[in-house]
Amino acid sequence: MKRIVHKHPLAIRWFHWINFPILFVMIWSGLLIYWAYHPYKIEVGDYTLLTFFPNGFFKFLNIPRRLAEGMAWHFVFMWIFLINGLLYVGYTFISGEWRHLVPDRNSFREAIQVTLYDLGFRKTQPPFIKYNGAQKIAYFSIMLMGIGSVLTGYAIYKPTQFSWLTRLLGGYKAARLEHFALTIGYVLFFFVHVGQVIRAGWHNFQSMVTGVEVVKANEPGQPEVTEPDDDQPVGPFEPTLSPIDSPTRPALS
Amino acid sequence: MSSSTKSSKGEPKLPEEDVPDSAVRRRMLKSFGWFAVASVVPIGIYNWIKRSPKAMGTLKPLRDILNTNEAIARTYFSNTHLVRTYPVEEAAPKARTNGYDGLKSPVPEDWKLTIETPDKQPLQLTIDDIKALPKQEIVYEFKCIEGWSQIQHWGGVRLSDFMAHHKLGTHSGNAPNPEATHDLFKYIGLETPDKGYYVGIDMESALHPQTLLAYELNGQPITAPHGAPLRLIIPVKYGVKNLKRIGRLFFADERPRDFWAERGYDYYVGL
Repeated sequence: MKRIVHKHPLAIRWFHWINFPILFVMIWSGLLIYWAYHPYKIEVGDYTLLTFFPNGFFKFLNIPRRLAEGMAWHFVFMWIFLINGLLYVGYTFISGEWRHLVPDRNSFREAIQVTLYDLGFRKTQPPFIKYNGAQKIAYFSIMLMGIGSVLTGYAIYKPTQFSWLTRLLGGYKAARLEHFALTIGYVLFFFVHVGQVIRAGWHNFQSMVTGVEVVKANEPGQPEVTEPDDDQPVGPFEPTLSPIDSPTRPALS
Repeated sequence: MSSSTKSSKGEPKLPEEDVPDSAVRRRMLKSFGWFAVASVVPIGIYNWIKRSPKAMGTLKPLRDILNTNEAIARTYFSNTHLVRTYPVEEAAPKARTNGYDGLKSPVPEDWKLTIETPDKQPLQLTIDDIKALPKQEIVYEFKCIEGWSQIQHWGGVRLSDFMAHHKLGTHSGNAPNPEATHDLFKYIGLETPDKGYYVGIDMESALHPQTLLAYELNGQPITAPHGAPLRLIIPVKYGVKNLKRIGRLFFADERPRDFWAERGYDYYVGL
């Protein structure tokens, strides 16, 4: 017998994975649009710290100037992104999944501890049910960023018809910059997310496909990975602990 | 078997159950099987789009959705949605120019604006005929399809006033009445004298109160690179529709051909 924890409902898994190719198309086509006029850089005084993106970047990726194509893909897939996002948010609230996702006051303190743990300054993570504080903050922020991308996107797309929105966001140029900054945020999130998934290991990854995470039979508590070595004590920390971390096992809350 | 007792913080515990090892294995195989099948779908959609025939410079499914976006945008387009305007001091002293299609020869000495309505005699007007109508000025943020924008100060005659004065744009030959949509032609076409650049504009946008037949930039007659002697300033569209050096203006119920739409851009490009 094995004990399984039902971690991700089917709908959540669909929305998550469908979003992946959509976001890829949105970022790619957005880059084609940005290429037509690419003024953003970070400057400290006269010194340019970072240019988004220099000509060499586009040459390296072999991206030609294809503004029309970029706009066409962007204005088609924006609908799919919007619909998928609305369904996700709607489902999260109707199903009660939001309880796992929305950070509370505790989450911020917990996130600091999780970060210390991730950086190796702390041996154990605080206990959590589905997502730890850092995950709650990250995933909830990404959802808010999605809403932000839709709103800033509309502010640029129809600045006259939705002029109240464009004004609210600080004007046309500001909305374009915000839209761009959010995209950079996704890209950064993507790398951290993938890194954390690799770190968390196969059992965690497969639960986003199968919906369930396998834990050792009759062990109460967390969705926890049992490594083949059954002698390891199981505690409420993230998977893929190195064996030296294992002996300390905090009590469940 | 499944427990969903709530923790003290209100976050429910995840439901758990004990199942035989074989059931776990079956579940994994089934889920990953579906995952593999499902991941073929976006690849299939991509290939289907990529292999579709082209429609006006872009792939047919993309063109269809751009046209659908136009249909949606036209439902919430309103003549009371005005483009934001600015104080005249904020206007760029040197307005940016971009693109010389249709402007490659000198401005014709005998320039006249030719106006054509189906089944009617064409109308020919000089720049003085156009300047005789009340002048309107606007300081707004001109938006290029490439992504840059600039606050510019233009002067000219409202296109709607111009059409009312000359009784243009209607099947009946009366002045256009935005309420009587059945009487209005659906589109206005514009061309440079050499026909090197041409655009089509929906009638609602043409009748927008901020749409001008412009002959002044920053209070001066516009120069050749900006479209002398007469150009369109249509703030509810990207710059690509703001035709410079208008030679011919005509009315039609079918979409007139459009330079950039033929090259894969959205026809409507409404803002």
